[in-house]
Amino acid sequence: MSSTLDIINPSNPVEPFLRTDRMPHIWCPGCGIGTSVNCFSRALIDSKVDLKNVSIVSGIGCTGRVAGYMKQDSFHTTHGRAIPFATGLKLANPKLNVVVYSGDGDLFAIGGNHLIHAARRNVDLKVICINNLIYAMTGGQTAPTTPNSVITSTNPYGTYDPSFNLPYLVEAAGAVYVARWTTFHVRQLAKSMQEIFSKKGFCFIEVLSPCPTLYQRRNKMGDGLDTMVYYKEFSKIKNGCPTNELGLGKAGEIIVGKFVDRERNDYRDLMHDKMIESLGDRYVEREACECEI
Amino acid sequence: MHADPAGVLTGSHFLDGDHACCEGCLAAGARFSSGYPITPSTEVVERFASRVPTVGGTFIQMEDELAASITLQGAVWGGAKAFTVTSGPGFSLMMEHIGYAAMTETPCVFVDVQRGGPSTGLPTLPAQADMMQVKWGSHGDYEIIALCPNSPQECFDLTITAFNYSEQYRCPVFVMMDEVVGHMTEKVIIPEADKIEVTPRRYTKLAPDEFLAFEPKQDLVPDMPRVGEGYNVHVTGLTHDERGYPNMTPTIQDRLVRRLQNKILKNIDKITLFEEEATDGAEVVVVSYGITSRVAQRAIEMARDKGIKVGKFRLITAWPFPEKQIAEIAAKTKAIVVPEINLGQMVREVQRAAEGKCVVRSVSHAGGSVHKPEDILNAILEVTR
Repeated sequence: MSSTLDIINPSNPVEPFLRTDRMPHIWCPGCGIGTSVNCFSRALIDSKVDLKNVSIVSGIGCTGRVAGYMKQDSFHTTHGRAIPFATGLKLANPKLNVVVYSGDGDLFAIGGNHLIHAARRNVDLKVICINNLIYAMTGGQTAPTTPNSVITSTNPYGTYDPSFNLPYLVEAAGAVYVARWTTFHVRQLAKSMQEIFSKKGFCFIEVLSPCPTLYQRRNKMGDGLDTMVYYKEFSKIKNGCPTNELGLGKAGEIIVGKFVDRERNDYRDLMHDKMIESLGDRYVEREACECEI
Repeated sequence: MHADPAGVLTGSHFLDGDHACCEGCLAAGARFSSGYPITPSTEVVERFASRVPTVGGTFIQMEDELAASITLQGAVWGGAKAFTVTSGPGFSLMMEHIGYAAMTETPCVFVDVQRGGPSTGLPTLPAQADMMQVKWGSHGDYEIIALCPNSPQECFDLTITAFNYSEQYRCPVFVMMDEVVGHMTEKVIIPEADKIEVTPRRYTKLAPDEFLAFEPKQDLVPDMPRVGEGYNVHVTGLTHDERGYPNMTPTIQDRLVRRLQNKILKNIDKITLFEEEATDGAEVVVVSYGITSRVAQRAIEMARDKGIKVGKFRLITAWPFPEKQIAEIAAKTKAIVVPEINLGQMVREVQRAAEGKCVVRSVSHAGGSVHKPEDILNAILEVTR
């Protein structure tokens, strides 16, 4: 009977993952964040993960709103602090799959210190960074990811701050999985997002996404669709490419792919092994740091 | 419910306040702490890092105080009782997440072992100069609870109370120690686990489809969901409605912020702890808290030796401020003397509560040591002259 209903009233397969009572969302037409959420929902379906055990943690900014639209346990934290919040959530309740879903400014500027330390510790977190190359929610200011010679509201004569190469930084800090896609690469992105659900340790996916309102328009780069055409024509898939070759310019080639996929004991394994080595059977390991015992 | 015996070091001990505070955390059921080292508070988490692996829990040293103060909140939502410990400069960095804990009604405990400021100030020397910051330090309107131990024994006892209040009222609760209380060593009695009352988390008994995450109960405090059980809870620092969804209208803001305030203020009689002695018929009452109350005790005895009728009122709960009790004292005495190791912080609250009904005299001290009893005595003599 349900299959008949499905035919009569087909619904969007990602709908069960969204808080539809919060629609419409705040994202602009042409923005890529919604596309990434679509891919993420697809990854949740395909990974067959127990949805009850998925928690989404966001910081502040346009991407920070993802936590509020996903119909899982979700935490919209403070600016830059999604990763340390997620670290506490994961360590206290290890059965959770904790996903950090936030933007480039949030994760790499105000939250940059937390990001490199979580990668160093190899905390078992899945970090999805929507990189629109700018501070969008506050009106298009220069971010640590903004390429050279881009017009922003705080660099009206063009940017000159050198920008971060995110995969290079995250690999150096210790991440076990590093990939980059654009919102044009929806199938590859969904597959990467699915892959990190079966990967333990600090996983990082950079998702290049257009900000037509504040980046493309101010730089006369067209709208969201024009950016899709740019992503299509200038992206080159180079899996395993050395991350130091992944810097981004205002125009030109965008290297995408999976660059790092390695094994390293995660934080809990490291803690467990050291405690067993030092304390032996005096070490009391609990499944969770529950307060009702 | 009673304390989990695994965390209770029953017996008679010789401990400093920092270590006693750590034992209070463990007895209260704290099984998670995220810290960042800062003198003179670090001994609390050093002991926790040593003890908790044999009790069953986690200590993680974070990269800074911003991280420490939010990591513990992630752990709380993950199901743990959690705390962090700091001192002035670190406390300043934690302000953002005190606001987050207040707004998201995250039960958690912050221990501030106060030292002299401003800025780096006096790292190894005492002050009581964070008493206003603890109440007003984060932006916006909110209420918190702050307790002031004056001995290692109280560092143990009041830390348990702090955890219990945080679970009952779902707000950040502060243990406001100072360098002297933190580092002084005295006898500390830790009772048996079944003699220690701990407040369990207020988990909802409703099913996910019946439950609204921020719908207050009769005491204005909402019950909590368990994460990972299908409640699909949404927690945000944005102004939110009963579902937890962002809703930024003046009406919702008014309802939320007033409730966050009233859930504490309407329960003030249950939260207020104090010690009062000989205030009836007193010419002057000394109002003090923390380590200063012990110096004040000496000054009070010296004044009584001179035949002056001196009463004593010790704030154990500093916030919410016990204004009813202070107003009563102000109505029946000539003067109140307020010594504190700052240039006059809680004395402002005393003045506000006294409403001009008696003289209120501050005995300030910029920090670095405790008062001399004579300084407090002189103030008592002056106001009774």
